[in-house]
Amino acid sequence: MSIEVKNIHKKFGAFKALDNVSLKVDNGELLALLGPSGSGKTSLLRIVAGLDFHDEGQVLFSGQDARDQKVKDRGVGFVFQHYALFRHMTVFDNIAFGLRVLPKHLRPSQKDVQAKVMELLKLIQLEWVVDRYPWQLSGGQRQRIALARALAVKPRVLLLDEPFGSLDAQVRKELRMWLRRFHDEAHITTLFVTHDQEEALEVADRIVVMNQGRIEQVGTPEDVYHNPVNAFVLNFLGNVNFFHCRLAEGKAIIGDTELEVPGLSVDQPKHAKLYVRPNQFKLSRGPGKGSSLKATVEYVNPAGTIVKVNLKTETGERIHVEITQEEYKHLKLVKAMPIFVSLKDVSYSEYVQSPA
Amino acid sequence: MNSRTEPAYIRYILTTIALVFFGLFIVLPLACVFYHAFDKGWAVYLKSLQNPDALAAMRLTVITALVAVPLNLVFGVAASWAIAKFDFKGRDLLLSLIDLPLSVSPVIAGLIFILIFGAQGFFGPWLIEHNIRIVFALPGIILATIFVTFPMVARELIPIMKSQGNEEEEAALTLGASGWKTFWMISVPNIRWGILYGIILCNARAMGEFGAVSVVSGHIRGLTNTLPLHIEILYNEYQSTAAFAAASILALLAIVTLVVKTVIEALIKRGHSA
Repeated sequence: MSIEVKNIHKKFGAFKALDNVSLKVDNGELLALLGPSGSGKTSLLRIVAGLDFHDEGQVLFSGQDARDQKVKDRGVGFVFQHYALFRHMTVFDNIAFGLRVLPKHLRPSQKDVQAKVMELLKLIQLEWVVDRYPWQLSGGQRQRIALARALAVKPRVLLLDEPFGSLDAQVRKELRMWLRRFHDEAHITTLFVTHDQEEALEVADRIVVMNQGRIEQVGTPEDVYHNPVNAFVLNFLGNVNFFHCRLAEGKAIIGDTELEVPGLSVDQPKHAKLYVRPNQFKLSRGPGKGSSLKATVEYVNPAGTIVKVNLKTETGERIHVEITQEEYKHLKLVKAMPIFVSLKDVSYSEYVQSPA
Repeated sequence: MNSRTEPAYIRYILTTIALVFFGLFIVLPLACVFYHAFDKGWAVYLKSLQNPDALAAMRLTVITALVAVPLNLVFGVAASWAIAKFDFKGRDLLLSLIDLPLSVSPVIAGLIFILIFGAQGFFGPWLIEHNIRIVFALPGIILATIFVTFPMVARELIPIMKSQGNEEEEAALTLGASGWKTFWMISVPNIRWGILYGIILCNARAMGEFGAVSVVSGHIRGLTNTLPLHIEILYNEYQSTAAFAAASILALLAIVTLVVKTVIEALIKRGHSA
């Protein structure tokens, strides 16, 4: 089922949770709503579910206005950050709940309920917890039970509200890969809220970046990462350094230093903010032939697949750089050693009227 | 206790103070009640309890509790549901109103009903005309009891419901349950110990209430005397054994309440760590 929201407005008192939000989720798509807390992503999800109500605008399910549809009739599977399992019921009763509250003529027999629950437990690989209570399970197990419970009623849409937000890093990674695989098999239209950019980039077909009740950008993970439409999206999708500079043809002038910027074309010199991702720097032990920024190494962390380096320039600015293990070994980086920085690429530049 | 931050003598002094205080003000009076009740032996004790006025007082007390407790239960669940799960205008006002009976002297509570339903009261002339008796009769006693026990259930449930939040109910709704089914299958089971606890406290107060009931009862022997009022009359007439025998019944109720309360608290705790 496709979901479309049109010009949604929602206020909580004076706070604008959603400010004219429009979005279309295609049938069978896995879409991530990504943004900081307070950006309106959870409000949007709850409005789609029917758990909250918008002040203005429309929510369309397969083109049909859902305004008068109650939560229970919307056919949405909702998964909460804190699982919301029924604490007084066993895992079996939790998953069977949705089937048991169906109207009499639709309600499956005891035997069919049993079969369905066991089938779902098999899907999430937790058959052995069927008689346990939620408090006897780990966070990851609880969230998988919550997913199974939501899937039991064959929802037309799956809505996940920070589903992995309260889990350990290891479990989060496992579960999000599981979600991706599950989605590739089931193709159920899925909307999930997260504030974790890595999660969104890894799992989603498309990402909706939200900020202060508005949508900043919608696009594929590749798209929003490499072609951010503004500084907020750029910042939110990963670490970034920024410099005040003057841009001229092929170079950026930071203080007294001219840095070459590959592929940059400007018709006349302009003041700008320059955004550079940590992996877009090139470090060398000597000044090299182009001009480069001189800096000293403040901190090196080689524990990881990449090496994180913090530099301090002569003008006191700090730069966060990431290099490969090979580069690290080649440069023989140590604390307090002088280093020369040049640019391989820049992520984004924004023109400003005058230097800040 | 693992933490031994205080020197031993301070711990012993504090424990002694607490125990002496507890003994003097709680255990000793309670023991006195039973001592005086059985002062003249079992036979006298049982006989004084079989007195028709005593039996009538017990019956009246039970009837009053049987009406007041269920009504306050329904009200308490409804009010705490509304207060804990919804945000609406006047919520804080409702919360303070629920507490009102706790802050008003029970005598005032009784007087309120005299002023409304008494012969010189607001509805007095109309009630006399239609031959309906409220004060100095069962309805007045029940009304006064409901008033003073009003907060007991709600006060227990509001914190429990608040801490549990709405998510389980919302999950039930998204799974296709109606509001009614959600209430009975999710909300009520989650607060079942709180409900039981509230009922017990409410019942103890309903049976033990003196002040408010004393004002509206009229002290008609065998008719409008509840157990606490009956005890006072006996005591004022120097029938101390009979008075203490009746008092021992109320004291027993208090002890049973205490035991059940402790058991339930342990169960709630287990449910929480669960």
